[in-house]
Amino acid sequence: MHIVVCVKQVPDTKIIKINPKTNTLDRRSAPAILNPYDAHAVQEAVRMKRLIKEVYISVLSMGPPQANAIIKKSVEIGADEGYLISDRAFAGADTLATSYALSKALDKISSIRPIDMILCGKHAIDGDTGQVGPGIARRLDIPPVTNVIEVTELNEKEQTVVVKRKLSGGYQLLQIQMPCLLTVEKEINEIEYSPLPNMLKAARYEPVVWTVNDLGDVDLTQLGLKGSPTIVGKMFTPPKHDGGKRLEGSSDEQVRELIKCLLEEKKELFHVK
Amino acid sequence: MSKEYRGVWVFIEQNEGEIEGVSLELLGAGRKLADKLSVSLCGVLLGKDVKALCNQVISYGADEVYVIDHPVLEDYRTESYMKGVVLLAEKYRPEIFLYGATPNGKDLASAVATDLSTGLTADTTMLDVDLDKRLLEASRPAFGGNIMATILCKKHRPQMATVRPKVMKALEPDKDRQGVIIEENIELYEDDMRTKVLKVVKDVTKRANLADAHIIVCGGKGLGDQQNFSLIYELAEVVGASVGGTRDVVEAGWLPHELQIGQTGETVTPKIYFAVGISGAIQHVVGMKNSEIIIAINKDANAPIFDIATYGIVGDALEILPKLIQQFKEISTEKGGEISYA
Repeated sequence: MHIVVCVKQVPDTKIIKINPKTNTLDRRSAPAILNPYDAHAVQEAVRMKRLIKEVYISVLSMGPPQANAIIKKSVEIGADEGYLISDRAFAGADTLATSYALSKALDKISSIRPIDMILCGKHAIDGDTGQVGPGIARRLDIPPVTNVIEVTELNEKEQTVVVKRKLSGGYQLLQIQMPCLLTVEKEINEIEYSPLPNMLKAARYEPVVWTVNDLGDVDLTQLGLKGSPTIVGKMFTPPKHDGGKRLEGSSDEQVRELIKCLLEEKKELFHVK
Repeated sequence: MSKEYRGVWVFIEQNEGEIEGVSLELLGAGRKLADKLSVSLCGVLLGKDVKALCNQVISYGADEVYVIDHPVLEDYRTESYMKGVVLLAEKYRPEIFLYGATPNGKDLASAVATDLSTGLTADTTMLDVDLDKRLLEASRPAFGGNIMATILCKKHRPQMATVRPKVMKALEPDKDRQGVIIEENIELYEDDMRTKVLKVVKDVTKRANLADAHIIVCGGKGLGDQQNFSLIYELAEVVGASVGGTRDVVEAGWLPHELQIGQTGETVTPKIYFAVGISGAIQHVVGMKNSEIIIAINKDANAPIFDIATYGIVGDALEILPKLIQQFKEISTEKGGEISYA
């Protein structure tokens, strides 16, 4: 069985600073990391490999040459092979153009080793859209299941997988015919410490790098900025609110004042059972 | 090109015969866009035995409802729903198509946008149109910064967006409102489906906690560490509130993800919202700014949270919270009962 995990390099939003002058991100301030949801996707592939031995795990990323760092990271978690598609032609892609480029790379990977399952993180923490996973599935005409919180059953003989898909108020239990694409939530697993052999392998590992010319039959007009229907029209600071009442005095006085205000305005709060 | 595409569409998400709140909110928002553009507002309704819901869709502002009623559409699945929605969009060609940013709405919109080769803006919180160019202006908080980005889709139709729940306002339903119901047939066979729904399990408890809570106490990174975060639980306990956290707090592992409030978590509109140790990044604010009363407690007098707070206390949460908890306890003892929101 061949699982391909799509991974993205993102700035670490926990550390990133905001430029107070422009109100935008100072990307230089943030280290680039493997998108956390994608890390869980790689971990899930590793978990499946443990369950049914005959699993080969590839990871695929699109990005600048530096993105090979997250492929090495994926190898550390347990991936067997890594592919990076890197070319100026891909730059400026929105979700539609991204799913196109990745689906072309997946076609090529599939010709090397047929793919049974594609895993993606639920979304990337820099864009938060969650649109690329289902987009890839449509382009490859395989069934997608988003927001997966548990893979409960994997049947190699029947080529089916059973998963729990998170909903607003509960979950669906779904059985999907492979090949299929799943996007995973963080609660699907815990990231484990990487075993030493993986770390040694990762340190030496160099991913397979493809440019647009390596992908074969590609429609250049569907790639990058050119192939992206959406653009950022403008950036603006949301309208300022006046703000309400600043409470004054010592902390005791402020607390007393607050409770007094709440009592006046929200008598219902102090409904006594 | 755009001449061929007319009308504003809203995907009506229903679960077991009940329409999701966000779909009704989108009918309200879509009504305004349709009136500006002088076109019809249409609901798109898929499911099994859902025709009875058409009148409700009309009463909330739609002029037309496109409905596909089919047994295979009983439960949401990307492959069956996408097929129906793509069929309708290709046949009737709307210029704008909105979906709720729910798990199903986002999933469906992503698949449909790919099939229609058009643009899709995720998790929108503001909608408007540029009337001259008939362009949808879909705005969303831009990553991280305290800034909004307006996304445009100039050359492709329909212009699609998913919209955060509880941000737009539904209209008062008008039972006498007249509309047209257009039934569409589709060929779907259960045997062709590569996804089978084995069961649907409801867990309403988690949702009720935040989305329907009257009072929420939300903590941010300003509390310092996970141990101090227990004060949030204590305050919540004495006022009968639900607990939430910011993205930072969830990323740090102090709280599970389902308790995250903000752009990538829950959107909430309680009667009273305590924002403790929260700076007020737009990412968080979009998820709570429609709360009735917002109480901000923060050390930094310049924190943006104070701009939207009803009552602001500049001070150390670790000093303020115990006092607040103590006072609430005294009141409840005085009144001889628990504090709760009637």
